[in-house]
Amino acid sequence: MLIDVHAHFLHDRTPRADWRERNASRLGAGERVGITIHVASILGSWGATSPTYFPSLPDLRYGNDWLLAWQRQHPDRVRGYVAVNPNYTAESLAEIRRCLDAGMIGIKLAASRRANDPLLDPVCRLAAERGVPILHHIWQHRRRDWPGQEASDARELGELAARHPRVPFLLAHIGGGGDWLPSLHDLRSVPNIYVDLSGSGVDGGMLEACLAAVGFERLLWGCDLTIETGWAKLRYLEHLLPAAELERVRWRNAAAIFPAGAFPSD
Amino acid sequence: MRTDVNAFLGAYPYRRVPGTSPDAVLAAMDRVGIDEAWVTHLPGVFWRDPTEGNAWLLETAGKERRFHPVPAIHPGLADWRDALRAAIDAAAPAVRADPTFYGIDPAGGAMRELVAACGEAGIALSLAVRFEDARQRHPNDHASELPAAAVRALIRSDARVHLLVTHADRPFVEEVHFGSTPDEAARIWWDICWIWGPPEDHLRTLLGSIGPARFVLGTGQPLRLPENADAKLDLLDLAAADRGAIESGNARALTGP
Repeated sequence: MLIDVHAHFLHDRTPRADWRERNASRLGAGERVGITIHVASILGSWGATSPTYFPSLPDLRYGNDWLLAWQRQHPDRVRGYVAVNPNYTAESLAEIRRCLDAGMIGIKLAASRRANDPLLDPVCRLAAERGVPILHHIWQHRRRDWPGQEASDARELGELAARHPRVPFLLAHIGGGGDWLPSLHDLRSVPNIYVDLSGSGVDGGMLEACLAAVGFERLLWGCDLTIETGWAKLRYLEHLLPAAELERVRWRNAAAIFPAGAFPSD
Repeated sequence: MRTDVNAFLGAYPYRRVPGTSPDAVLAAMDRVGIDEAWVTHLPGVFWRDPTEGNAWLLETAGKERRFHPVPAIHPGLADWRDALRAAIDAAAPAVRADPTFYGIDPAGGAMRELVAACGEAGIALSLAVRFEDARQRHPNDHASELPAAAVRALIRSDARVHLLVTHADRPFVEEVHFGSTPDEAARIWWDICWIWGPPEDHLRTLLGSIGPARFVLGTGQPLRLPENADAKLDLLDLAAADRGAIESGNARALTGP
């Protein structure tokens, strides 16, 4: 078993004319790597009709619907996070209920509102009620605001996680840009945040630092935009970890935080 | 035979990187099945006189047949031709310059003199676009990334020089390749360490648009996991001849006339 906890798909209303090819490439590469399940999200229209990180309600609904259909089309390969914009509280809660009822298994929060903002609390309370994890987009060690997103860093996510200790949070793409080292310092004392290993970064020493900071028990394997970097990290982890611990990172840690029955092994 | 044209020995100044000793790099090469590596003295990149690391590099590579030294040349220092001569005498496959780290114009007169000297001597010049993702660099690490315009200017400045450009991404490669004449583009080789695989498929696209002859296996180890270069090649359906060319044959062409 191998679960990619951070995947994305594109659809026909995104700016990419090659959306079918990219989706096919992800599934094809996943087969070669041995990915059992891609747990994916779609951030609205990916910028076509509202900004990727500030998606409109119609765009979110279309993307979530498309992903639900894709999940039904690939029941042995794809699971979905419901993506919401927490600036629209009531609509977000309704969308989460709708999509979880339809078979999605987690919530995706990107960068529409800072992670420590109280507006995120209702979403987290619903996650606790429904027993699903939240994957939160992170800019590692954010030192300023970046255009196009209201990004959060590990410290800000830690404040949210401390307020909602029953909710498992996934700190997105530790290798996805920004300085990952301060993130690891921030995470040591927040037991309900898991480190998603995805991202294009394959820095020597990063995996050792992740293990030293949170242990194999809080590492989750993933790819995000680059499957080869996920595979590279997996290959290196095979040299760092005994088999039982590697199994935890490959899928068992994920299976423990997603709803029972979310994956084929459950 | 598999040749890594982009490897480093020695500590990185901006964070702790495990496995930077010669023995550790050899062990990593064994782990991923790399037979030989072109190695740079990493600390020297950040020294005022980067050539002060060359003696250690040449000595280390001289004791280990799997290492081939890529000595540093700082063309802003008066006696740089002596360092170039020493590299040639040591049968180095290439020399390197990191002008933005030296604080000199990456396409300025000094760099053009170095390019001309490399072209004259028939030794390749290696240039790195970056060492780390710009979003994660140390607050004191201010050197600019190598501009694509500088590579275009340098390849145009001498009709003989061979350039090895490492750590370039797809837009950089395309900008330089299609911004050069066919003759110029045929004298530039690109390592694959920073080019994305699926689902974006940047490497697959480049192999189709530019051709496999221009690409070489480079890992950037130990700053980057060497498994990454292997993984992206394993995710392609490459003909054995093309993969062999990327893994070693093209590097031989790079060092040839």
